[in-house]
Amino acid sequence: MKTDEKDIWLYEISSKKKLFDLNLKEIWRYRDLLFLFVKRDITTLYKQTVLGPLWYFIQPLFTSLVFTLVFNNLGNIQTGGVPPFLFNLAGITAWNYFKICLTKTSSTFTSNKSIFGKVYFPRVIMPMSVTISNLLRFGIQLLILIAFYIYYVSNGLDISPNINLVLFPVYILMMALLGLGSGMIISAFTTKYRDLKVLLNFAVSLLMYLSAVPYPVSEAKSKFPDFVANFVSYNPVTQIIEGFRYMILGVGDFSVGSLIYTIVICFILFFVGLIIFNRTEKTFIDTV
Amino acid sequence: MSVILRAENISKQYRLGLVGTGTITHDLNRFWHRVRGKEDPYMKLGDVNDRSVYATQDYVWALRNINFEIKRGEVLGIIGKNGAGKSTLLKILSRVTSPTTGVIKTKGRIASLLEVGTGFHPELTGRENIYLNGAILGMSKAEIASKEEEIVEFSGCQMYIDTPVKRYSSGMRVRLAFAVAAHLEPDILVIDEVLAVGDAEFQKKAIGKMQDISKGEGRTVLFVSHNMAAVKSLCTRGIVLENGFPVFEGTSSAAVNYYFSNNLNIQDVAIEERTDRTGSGKLKVSDVKLYNSEMRPISEVISGETLFLKVNVKSFDDVNYSKLTIAINFRDNFENNIVSFITDEMGIDCSPLENTKSFTLKIPSLNLRGEAYNLRIMLFEGGAADENLLDKIDNIMTIHILPGDFWNVGNVNRKMHTSILPGNIEF
Repeated sequence: MKTDEKDIWLYEISSKKKLFDLNLKEIWRYRDLLFLFVKRDITTLYKQTVLGPLWYFIQPLFTSLVFTLVFNNLGNIQTGGVPPFLFNLAGITAWNYFKICLTKTSSTFTSNKSIFGKVYFPRVIMPMSVTISNLLRFGIQLLILIAFYIYYVSNGLDISPNINLVLFPVYILMMALLGLGSGMIISAFTTKYRDLKVLLNFAVSLLMYLSAVPYPVSEAKSKFPDFVANFVSYNPVTQIIEGFRYMILGVGDFSVGSLIYTIVICFILFFVGLIIFNRTEKTFIDTV
Repeated sequence: MSVILRAENISKQYRLGLVGTGTITHDLNRFWHRVRGKEDPYMKLGDVNDRSVYATQDYVWALRNINFEIKRGEVLGIIGKNGAGKSTLLKILSRVTSPTTGVIKTKGRIASLLEVGTGFHPELTGRENIYLNGAILGMSKAEIASKEEEIVEFSGCQMYIDTPVKRYSSGMRVRLAFAVAAHLEPDILVIDEVLAVGDAEFQKKAIGKMQDISKGEGRTVLFVSHNMAAVKSLCTRGIVLENGFPVFEGTSSAAVNYYFSNNLNIQDVAIEERTDRTGSGKLKVSDVKLYNSEMRPISEVISGETLFLKVNVKSFDDVNYSKLTIAINFRDNFENNIVSFITDEMGIDCSPLENTKSFTLKIPSLNLRGEAYNLRIMLFEGGAADENLLDKIDNIMTIHILPGDFWNVGNVNRKMHTSILPGNIEF
C-alpha cells in the first residue's frame, strides 16, 4: 500500500473499537431522523384501535385500584395521610415511564434487526426516539393523575405541590437516562443470548416491588429485613419514585444528597450503556 | 484522480451452525485470551467459503484479504456466484457489520442501498415515508424537502402520495422507494441488486437514472448485481469474487467475461436433480446430450456443422401430450435468445412423446458464430404461455460452438453471439 501520500480520511471502518467512542457528532448529524422516528411513533400509535389513547388510562387506573385493595386495605400500608389510591397512581405513573424506556430499549437490536441489517445510522437513535415518543404516553398518564389530584383537593384534601416541583424535568430526565442506560446494557447481551429476554420480563415486575412503587421507603425501612431495606433505598429507581411523589404529594423522604446520588448513578449507567451499545452495534447483525 | 475509498486486507469470519452452549464457551475462551493479551484463538481457524462442500470447522471466512481502491467518479462492479461474499462486502462497506480484520478508509460519506424502502411504515402516507426513508438513508430534512417534488414526480405516484403506503401495490411501493434512493447524493453510493424490481418501464427508468448518477454526475458508485448487462454498461471497473477471495480485477467487460468463462459451465448436478427450474413439474427434462452427424456424443461443435440434441423427459403426472409444446432456446450471456425452436409454430405434433419419452432436435447446419451459448428448454401443456408451463430450465448446459469457416475461404469467422447467414456482396 502507498504510504507516501498524506491522506486525510473522513472515517475508517474496522473491527477496532475505541473504548470511549461515543459517536456524539454522528448522532447530532442524524437528529432529523430522530425527530422523524418520534413523529412516526406518535402518528401511528392509535391507527386501527377502537379505544385509542383510552388504553393508556385503563392500565394505571386498574393497577392503582388493585394495589390499593391489596397493599392498603388488606396489607395496611400507611401512605402518610395521602389517599392510597392517589399515592399508588403517582408511583405507577412514574414507574410506567421508566419501565417502557427500559423494556423497549432492551429489545432494540432484536426488534429492529431487519432495518439495522440493511442500512447504517447510529443505532442509538432508535432507543432515543422510543424514549422521547413515550413522553406522550407519560403525559397522558400524568393527566389522569392531575385529574384525580384536583378531584381529591376539591373534596377538601389538604395537599399541595411543593417547591421541589422545579425538579420535575430533572426527574423525567433521570427516568429516561436510567431506562435507556440499563436497557442499552441489556440489549447488548440479548443479541446473542435470548435467555435474557425471558429473564428481563419477570425481573422488571420484581424490580417494581423493590422500587417502593406501592409503598413509601419509610415502610420498607421499618418492616423489611435490613439488606432488603438497604437495596430498596439505594436503588436509584426508588429514589426517583420517592422524589416524584414527594414533589407533588409532599410525602416520603427527600434529601439533596440522595438526589445527587441518583443523578450521578443515572449518568454513569447511561454512559456505560452507551459505550456497551456502541460496541455491540458494530457486529450484532452477525449474531442476532 | 484521487482515491476516495481504500479497502485494506478486509476479511470477515462467520460462525457456522446454531448459537448454543458451544457459543458461550467459545466466547468465554476468547474473552480469557483477550484478558491475557493473547490473540483470538479462533482467528486462525476457518474454512474456505464454498457452500457446496461440507464444513470441517465451526468457522468460515466469508471474505479473505480483499484489497481494492476506488477513485473518485469510478463505478466499480462486484460480481460473483451466490455466496461468493458480495453481500458481505457490501454490508461491511455500508457499516451494517464490521470486518473481522482489515480496515476500509474513506474520504466521503457512504450511503447504501442494500434494499429499497428500508423502514417504510405501512400506516404512513407516501409523503411521510419519503421523509422517513430519506432520513434513514442519511439525508437531512432540508435536503429531502428541496427534492420532494422531484421524488414524487420520479415515482409516478402523484395520485397516491397522501394515501397510506399499505394501500399501495407492491410495484408502487418499489417505485416510491427507488425514487427516494435515486435522489440520494452521497459521495459514495453502494447498491445491491435493486434494479431487479419493478415493471419493464420502471426498470428502464431506473437504469437510466443509474447511468445519470454514475456518468453525468460523476458520482462514485459500488454496484453488485446479477444483471451482467447492467454491470457491463454501467461500471468502469469490475471485481470478481469467488469463495470469498478476489479472483479477478479489471475492466468491467473483462470481469464479466471472466465470470462467465469460469462459472456458467460448472454444472455438477444431473439435470434431473436440478432445482433451479420452474413450472408445474408434471413433465420434466431429465437429460440432454449432444451428438454429431455420425451420432457420436460431443461436447462442442464447429459452426456450420450438423448438431443433434437429444432430450429425455420424465413424467410425474398425467399430461395431455396432444397439447404439448416444446421450446428450445440458444441464449447469450445476457439471456437474449439467439435461436428459438418452438414446436407449435413449426407445426409439430408432440403426442408421440408419450411413448418415446425422448425427442431429438436436428440442426443440419448450425450457423451460429463461435461462442458459448446457454441452452434453455421449456415444456408447455398448451400454448407457450407461463400458465401452461410444465418445466422450464435455464442454463441446462453450455453449448460451445467453435468458430468455423462459413464462407469457405480459409478465414476463421469472428467470435460473437450471433447467427451467420449465407449472402454475398456484389459490385
